[in-house]
Amino acid sequence: MSKFKLWPAGLGLAFWGEAQADYTLNLTEGVTELSRDVHDLHMIIFWICVAIGVLVYGLIIYSIANHRKSRGVIPADFHENTKLEVLWTVIPFIILIGMAIPATRVMLKIYDTSGAEMTVKVTGYQWKWRYEYLDEGLDFFSTLDADSNRARQLGSNINPASVDNYLLNVDKPLVLPTHKKIRFVFTGADVIHSWWVPALGWKKDTIPGFITDGWAKIEKEGTYRGQCTELCGRDHGFMPIVVIAKTDAEYRAWVAEQKAAKDSAKADEGRQLSMNELMTKGKETYDSNCAACHQAGGEGIPGMFPAIKHSPVATGPMAQHLDVVLNGKAPMMPAFKETLSPVELAAVVTYQRNAWGNNVGDMIQPSAIKAK
Amino acid sequence: MSADAATHDDHHDDHGPAKGFMRWVYTTNHKDIGTLYMITSLIMFMIGGAMALVIRLELFEPGMQFVDPGFFNQMTTLHALIMVFGAVMPAFAGMANWMIPIMIGAPDMALPRLNNWSFWLLPFGFVMLASTLFMDGGAPAAGWTLYPPLVLQTGNSFPFTIFTIHILGISSIMAAINIITTVLNMRAPGMTMMKLPLFVWTWVITAFLLIAVMPVFAGAVTMLLTDKYFGTSFFNAAGGGDPVLYQHLFWFFGHPEVYILILPSFGVVSQIIPTFSRKPLFGYSSMVYATASIGLLSFIVWAHHQYTVGMPVAGELYFTYATMLIAVPTGVKVFNWIATMWRGALTFETPMLFAIAFVMLFTMGGFTGLMMSISPADLQYHDTYFIVAHFHYVLVPGSVFALMAGTYYWLPKWTGHMYDERLGKLHFWLTTISVNVTFFPQHFLGLAGMPRRIPDYAVQFAEFNAWSSVGAFVFGFSQLLFVYIIIKAIRGGQKATDEVWEGASEHGLEWQLPSPPPYHSWITAPFVK
Repeated sequence: MSKFKLWPAGLGLAFWGEAQADYTLNLTEGVTELSRDVHDLHMIIFWICVAIGVLVYGLIIYSIANHRKSRGVIPADFHENTKLEVLWTVIPFIILIGMAIPATRVMLKIYDTSGAEMTVKVTGYQWKWRYEYLDEGLDFFSTLDADSNRARQLGSNINPASVDNYLLNVDKPLVLPTHKKIRFVFTGADVIHSWWVPALGWKKDTIPGFITDGWAKIEKEGTYRGQCTELCGRDHGFMPIVVIAKTDAEYRAWVAEQKAAKDSAKADEGRQLSMNELMTKGKETYDSNCAACHQAGGEGIPGMFPAIKHSPVATGPMAQHLDVVLNGKAPMMPAFKETLSPVELAAVVTYQRNAWGNNVGDMIQPSAIKAK
Repeated sequence: MSADAATHDDHHDDHGPAKGFMRWVYTTNHKDIGTLYMITSLIMFMIGGAMALVIRLELFEPGMQFVDPGFFNQMTTLHALIMVFGAVMPAFAGMANWMIPIMIGAPDMALPRLNNWSFWLLPFGFVMLASTLFMDGGAPAAGWTLYPPLVLQTGNSFPFTIFTIHILGISSIMAAINIITTVLNMRAPGMTMMKLPLFVWTWVITAFLLIAVMPVFAGAVTMLLTDKYFGTSFFNAAGGGDPVLYQHLFWFFGHPEVYILILPSFGVVSQIIPTFSRKPLFGYSSMVYATASIGLLSFIVWAHHQYTVGMPVAGELYFTYATMLIAVPTGVKVFNWIATMWRGALTFETPMLFAIAFVMLFTMGGFTGLMMSISPADLQYHDTYFIVAHFHYVLVPGSVFALMAGTYYWLPKWTGHMYDERLGKLHFWLTTISVNVTFFPQHFLGLAGMPRRIPDYAVQFAEFNAWSSVGAFVFGFSQLLFVYIIIKAIRGGQKATDEVWEGASEHGLEWQLPSPPPYHSWITAPFVK
C-alpha cells in the first residue's frame, strides 16, 4: 500500500534507488550571474533579519525573565521617550536605503535583455509548455513524463519514490547552450502560467495576449528542473520544466538532429500510413496532449472533461470528430490545428476512434488533414 | 448571560432582551450582534479549518491519495475565502460591536438597525458560497484571488461566488460606516480622539480602509461577471482588454484587505500588553500615527504582489521602495510593545501569553515580508511555499492569535465568569507549538522550490510536508479545546469581578462596568478626565 510509506520520510530517503534530489533548506545559488546576485541579496536581507531578530527576541526574553511580578518588581510608569522613538524610526530607514541600492542594481540587470544571442519563445498551455527556437525554426511541446503521469493518478498505488524525478520530468526537455545570452519571450495560450526554473534565478508569468521576457546565461552544463508557479487549473501541479544545458557544440549537434527528425516527419505527411503506425503514433500523441483532461483511458472526468471512450463524437462521423480536434470547443477544449502536425492529428484522431473499445474501424491520413 | 444583567439597570428592565430565537433575529443591541458575529466566525473558522485539513491530508506525502486535483483547488480557494471573509473579519467586527461602545462610553452603536442588517447578510452569503460545492463543475477553484482568464472557466458556481462577494462587501461596508459614525459621534464627554483606546483607533482606520477598497473589489468581480456573460472584454486581450488589469484592481483591494485583517489585531494586543505589564502603553501617539501610516501606505504598494507579471522596471522599483517603507511604522509598533513590557511587572495569564506570542511570531512574518519586498529576491520567492509560510505567520499567529488573546481577555467581561485558566494555558501551548510545526518548515519548502497551490509534489519535499501536516492536525484539533473553554465559561465558573484583571480599571472604561455589563450600558455617559 502506498499510504504512509514515506513516513518517517528521512529513513526512506536512504533506500531510494531512483534519481531524486535531497531536501534542502536554502535558496539555490543557481547557475547564472542573475541567480547568484539574487542569492546574495537573499542572504544579505536574511542576515539583517537575523540581527534584528536577535535584538527583538533578546529584549522580549530578557523582559519576560526579569520583569515579572512574581519576582516582586515594582512596575515603572514611563510611557514615552522621544529620543528613543526617533532612533527606532531612523535606523530602520537607513538600513532600508542600504538594501534598496543593491536591489535596484540587480533589478535593472534582470530587466536588461539587450544583446541576446538567441531567443526562445515559451508559451504556457493547460497543462504543458511549448518551446519555439525562433532562430532555428524548432517548435515542440513539453509535457509531464509518462511515468510520473501514471504514478500521480488518484489511487495509482505507484510509489512516487520509485519514479525517476517524480513530477519534475518531461517527455521533451528544453535544450539550451551554455555561455550564451538567451532571451526568453513568454506568452500564454489559455490562462496565465508562470515559468520558473530556480537555477536561472527568476520566474516570469506567461500572459495570454501579452509578451513578457527575461534572460539567462547558463554557466554550467547540467539538468535544471522547475515548475509552473501560477495556478492554472486542475493540473497546475503537473506541468514541470526541464532545461538541459549543453556546450555549444553539443547543442548544435542536438539542433541538427531535431531538424533531421522534423524533415523525416515532414516526409510522412505525403505517405500513406498503416493502421498500426497511426495507432502507435496516436497513442504517443494522445498521452502527451489529451490525457491530462480526457484521461489515459479516455474516460474523462464527469462534470469537467467529457469522455472520449464511447462518446458520440469519437464514434460518430469522422468530419465532426476532426472538427472538434482541429478547431476546439468552448469553453475549454483548445484548437489543435496549429499546435499538432498533420501526422500527429491524423494519428490521434484515428487512435481515439479505435482505442478503448471505440471500434469504429476507420482511419484518416495526414494528406487528408493537410488538405483542410 | 443577560438575564441577571437587567437587574443592574432598573430604569430599563422593560427594554431587556426578547426571549427565544427571535431575540437574535430582531436584535439591534450591540452586545447581541457582537455575540452573533463571533459565534458565526467561530463556526466559519472550524469549516475553513476542516478544508485546510483536507489540503494537509493530501499533502502529507507525495502521490495523490485522497482527492482529485480539481477538488484540491476548490479547497484552497474556499479555505482562503472562508477564513478571510468568514472567520477573521466577522470576529473582529464582533469584537468591535461588543467593545467599541463600551470602551468609548456610548450606550450602543450609532446605527443599530443597520448593524442588524450587516450581520444578517453574512449567514446568507456563506450558505450561498457553501452551496457552490454541490453545483455542476464544483466550487470556484481559481484561488481566492479569482484571476482571469482562469476564473472564467468556473462552472455554474461562478455567478454565485461573485454575488457572495457582493453580499459580504455590502455587509463589511455597512459595519465600517457604523463604526466610524459611532466613534466620531458617540464618545463620552472628555473622551477626545487622542484618548481613544488603541483597539478603537485601529478599528477606525480599518473601517476607512474597508470603505475605500470593498467597492473596488466589488467592481472588479462585476467586470469578471460581464466578461463571462455579457461579452465585455475588460480582461480579455483578444477584445482589447488586459488580464493583468484585474490583478491591479484586485490587489488595490487585496493589500489594504490584508491590513484590514491585521490592524485590529494591533489594537487588541495594545490593550492587553499594558494591562499585564501593569504599565501604560508606551508611545500612545506614535502607535496611532504608525497605524495611520500603515493604513495610508497600504494603498500605494499593491503591485508588490505582481513582481512577476512583467511590469516596466520603473514600476518594479517604485513598488519595491514603497513596500520597504512599511517596515518602518511596523517596526515602531513592535518596539513600542517591547518598551511597554520593559520594566513592567509582568504576569502571564492566557491573554498575555497569546499577546507575547503574537508580537514574536508576527515579527517573524514581518521579517519574511521584508525579504519579499526586495523585488529581485521575490522573483524567486513569489508563488512558492515561502509566501504561504509568510502570510500564514501574519494571519494565524498574527490575526488569529490576537483574536484568541482578545477572547480570553474579554471573555470574563462578556460572560461574567472566569474561563478555566489551566485549560487556557494548555490551549495556548498546543496552539503555539503546532502553529510553528505547521508553518515553519514551509519556509524551507518554498526556498527549495516548491510552488504553492499544488496537490502533489516531488519527493525531495516530502519531509517538511509531513511535518507541516502533522502540525496542522494538532493545531486543528486543539481548537476544539478553545470552543470547549468558551462554552464552559458561558455556562458557569468563578464569578468575574468588574475589574477582572488586577489594576485593569486604569486600562479602559470596559473594566468599570459590571461583568457581564447590563444589556444597555452607559445609559448615562461617564466622564473621562
